[in-house]
Amino acid sequence: MLPLKRALSSPIGRKFVMSISGIALVLFVIVHLLGNLTLYIPDGGESFNRYAAGFEALGPMLYVMELGLLAVILLHAFWGISTWLRNRRARPERYAKSIATKGGGSNLNIASRNMAITGSFLFFFLIIHVWHFRVRKETVGEKTTVNGQEATDLYALVVGSFENPAWVFFYTLSMVVLAFHLRHGFWSALQSLGAMKPRWSKQIYAFGLIFAILLALGFLGMPIYLFLAAA
Amino acid sequence: MAQETMTVHLKVWRQAGPEESGSFQNYTAENVNPHMSFLEMLDVVNEDLIHKGEEPIEFDSDCREGICGTCGFVINGQAHGEERGTTVCQLHMRSFSDGDTIVIEPWRAKAFPVIKDLVVDRRAFDRIIAAGGYVSVGTGPKPDANSIKVGKDVSDQAFDSAACIGCGACVAACPNASASLFTGAKITQLAMLPQGHPERTRRVREMVHQMQEEGFGNCSNIGECEAVCPKEISLSNIAKMKREYLRAMFSDS
Repeated sequence: MLPLKRALSSPIGRKFVMSISGIALVLFVIVHLLGNLTLYIPDGGESFNRYAAGFEALGPMLYVMELGLLAVILLHAFWGISTWLRNRRARPERYAKSIATKGGGSNLNIASRNMAITGSFLFFFLIIHVWHFRVRKETVGEKTTVNGQEATDLYALVVGSFENPAWVFFYTLSMVVLAFHLRHGFWSALQSLGAMKPRWSKQIYAFGLIFAILLALGFLGMPIYLFLAAA
Repeated sequence: MAQETMTVHLKVWRQAGPEESGSFQNYTAENVNPHMSFLEMLDVVNEDLIHKGEEPIEFDSDCREGICGTCGFVINGQAHGEERGTTVCQLHMRSFSDGDTIVIEPWRAKAFPVIKDLVVDRRAFDRIIAAGGYVSVGTGPKPDANSIKVGKDVSDQAFDSAACIGCGACVAACPNASASLFTGAKITQLAMLPQGHPERTRRVREMVHQMQEEGFGNCSNIGECEAVCPKEISLSNIAKMKREYLRAMFSDS
């Protein structure tokens, strides 16, 4: 018998945790992007505010969803950091001449080698991002009317923020970092689950790149679009 | 006709013993025949050192035909040097240019402590094998040779995994010093064949546990192991190991 605790702390089990939480976060990010695409509709924010009001209408259920998401993020982050620390300990004496790839099918690149760094940056981004829109929506958000009911004017908050080029730069940079994280993460999640056949891996790895670029472009287009629209 | 020779500058890791601290020493190898193997070049450097009354550079080697898995060190950040699908004994000096500076380091991993200079202790691999990388056989009369049929495609795949010579390059090249390709190949080889099936659950459980106990890192699917493997063992062996482990997690035995 393989006890669950031993299985999940094993080199393979801990990557199962990383994969499954990672895939969950990817699904969240896809939904987040699809909803936010309403920002591109030039209707003065009506669609976007209606979308945001839908979440407000959930009432206490929204907090349950947010806590669930937070739990997945914390699991992915802490498990990832702990795995990274173990990997560091596995090579106490570093190479004087750092590892150079021998090519072939190797995915040794800046995306794959810096998952902990891009991941930590994204965690830092998430704290700022949640404060920036989620917390400030409650504290400084102004009211507007959506479908005849009072709702927060999240659109005004978003548009107001992206008049500032510093915010545009920070969000754009963060989405580029996200692209690097997903470039390796997408394929890695599937490989860690053993869901990979030699005949698929090249295509999946290529799809990971397209997916990462599309997702990042979808997101980073928003601050740039709103900045240019306001200018 | 005079043969063209070359000169290379070596930066070699020298470490007197497991507890000593090591450092890089510079050597110059002159009159190197380009058709020498890398190890033959080191043999010549060592003869020179012995004549001068200095300690020769210690390194492992045995068959020098690229099939035993004894030799191996890191050359300019690449396990077994820049040529793919070969061990360092089959790397020839013609791969280098006259006047090159070559940095030579031992495999670096917590689980592979340095014994001396470029020689590392790879018994961690033996202990992973001892944990389950075998098929138990009963004593008594020998079984009929072809009593269990194995398809050609399956036996070919098992053979590809069995080609692993346990040199340790996969660990050396992995940014996480993970032994997943080695362990994955050993598990896959036996998981493919009917003879390996009765013990497959216990095998993957114990071998993966031993791999962790030895202090190897975790696989992050970078795939540099596959690129440096002298036997070109595929990353799919790691995927197979993950499936075997998943199966063991949900198995009753």
